[in-house]
Amino acid sequence: MAQPLNYLKETASQTAGPYVHIGLAPGDAGFNIYANELGRDIIGPNAKGTRIKVTGTVRDGTGAPVKDVLIEVWQANAAGIYPGKGDVEDGFRGWGRVISDFETGEFTFETIKPGAVKNQNNQIMAPHLNLWLVARGINVGLNTRMYFGDEAMANAADPVLNLIEQTQRRDTLIARAGRTNYHFDICLQGDEETVFFDV
Amino acid sequence: MTSDELYQRDREWHPPAFTPDYKTSVTRSPRLAMLSLQASESELTGPTFGQCDIDPIDSDLINNYAKTGDPIGERIIVHGRVLDENAQPVPNTLVEIWQANAGGRYRHKMDTYLAAIDPNFGGCGRTLTDENGYYAFRTVKPGAYPWRNWVNNWRPAHIHISVFGTAFAQRLITQMYFEGDPLIAKCPIVNTIPDSRAIDQLVAALDLNATVPFDSIAYKFDIILRGHRSTFFENRPEGN
Ligand SMILES: [Fe+2]
Repeated sequence: MAQPLNYLKETASQTAGPYVHIGLAPGDAGFNIYANELGRDIIGPNAKGTRIKVTGTVRDGTGAPVKDVLIEVWQANAAGIYPGKGDVEDGFRGWGRVISDFETGEFTFETIKPGAVKNQNNQIMAPHLNLWLVARGINVGLNTRMYFGDEAMANAADPVLNLIEQTQRRDTLIARAGRTNYHFDICLQGDEETVFFDV
Repeated sequence: MTSDELYQRDREWHPPAFTPDYKTSVTRSPRLAMLSLQASESELTGPTFGQCDIDPIDSDLINNYAKTGDPIGERIIVHGRVLDENAQPVPNTLVEIWQANAGGRYRHKMDTYLAAIDPNFGGCGRTLTDENGYYAFRTVKPGAYPWRNWVNNWRPAHIHISVFGTAFAQRLITQMYFEGDPLIAKCPIVNTIPDSRAIDQLVAALDLNATVPFDSIAYKFDIILRGHRSTFFENRPEGN
């Protein structure tokens, strides 16, 4: 026998369930309780950069829309600075909560396009949004990223996208670009399964 | 000897994605391997919250939605600490909870269970841990409720809990159960977790020391987030 290491174990995850909105977006569950619901505004009033709108649908393995998903967004500002890592615009939180429409499953949110951020090895990562998905039937929240379809050069050099061995799967992380709108579908399972990360 | 990096998540401790006895997971579970990444600022930073974001009453579910009186049910205090795997407290982190009322009914437009809505109970709360990682909520004990996984399943009484930590990769949602509940062992959602020690860690202990005599019974529930890795020797000079 060796000495015990005495680390604690991370609390195991459990599904957020169908009523996640009660806790994290009570207005969407159908009642008002908090004066200030968190996560409604990612960027605040003073954010610099290009304002964008992102729409999409999360689909299950049969192709059906997931109508009870909650997505959290975490992003840098337009200069590529995460809140807490340097000065960002007053009111810029970089974090928000998005839920899908209960009828259609479509989600929509507005933010600004983030700047590029360097990774731990000083390589430049293409602009991206970090996403975390929870829903009924998802046992551990899923981490993924949304890259931008109009950043082809930066995406081609992105060290994370380039880790994906099956090159066609890189496209699952790249949103289709319109003028100021982006469309990003997430597939939990199936031929088009989105790349999820163990981070 | 510092590093922002985290210990890897023990995927044998957490439930796998595909757990067919919990039927909803069948079509919502990724089947391809996750891509393992060395974390970057994208994962090692995360949102922070302050007292200005919340209200002190938000942590008191007995009062935070009361309209005409107190909610019905067993008055309880749920308290504990948020720690990391190194047993270090996680201060000033946001803890959010949601739950059914004493009858097992959620205040949600999609919940149609026949148990009554309690006009004085909303069912959600939030608080920040203090400088030592402590948090406390006052609420009523939630009821068990039925759901159709197999034809006749009942969820054990539980409180859903969401915690942030300091890094987006520490983000965690879980459920807290109550010591002594016979439904725990029969629940397909609980049993998505393969290791019984990990299940035991989700069961709050009756804590008589923390009860308020003739007022509220108490349960203690510590929440453990991923720990930060220490770097004793640098491989590369800073910035390379
Ligand atoms: Fe629940």
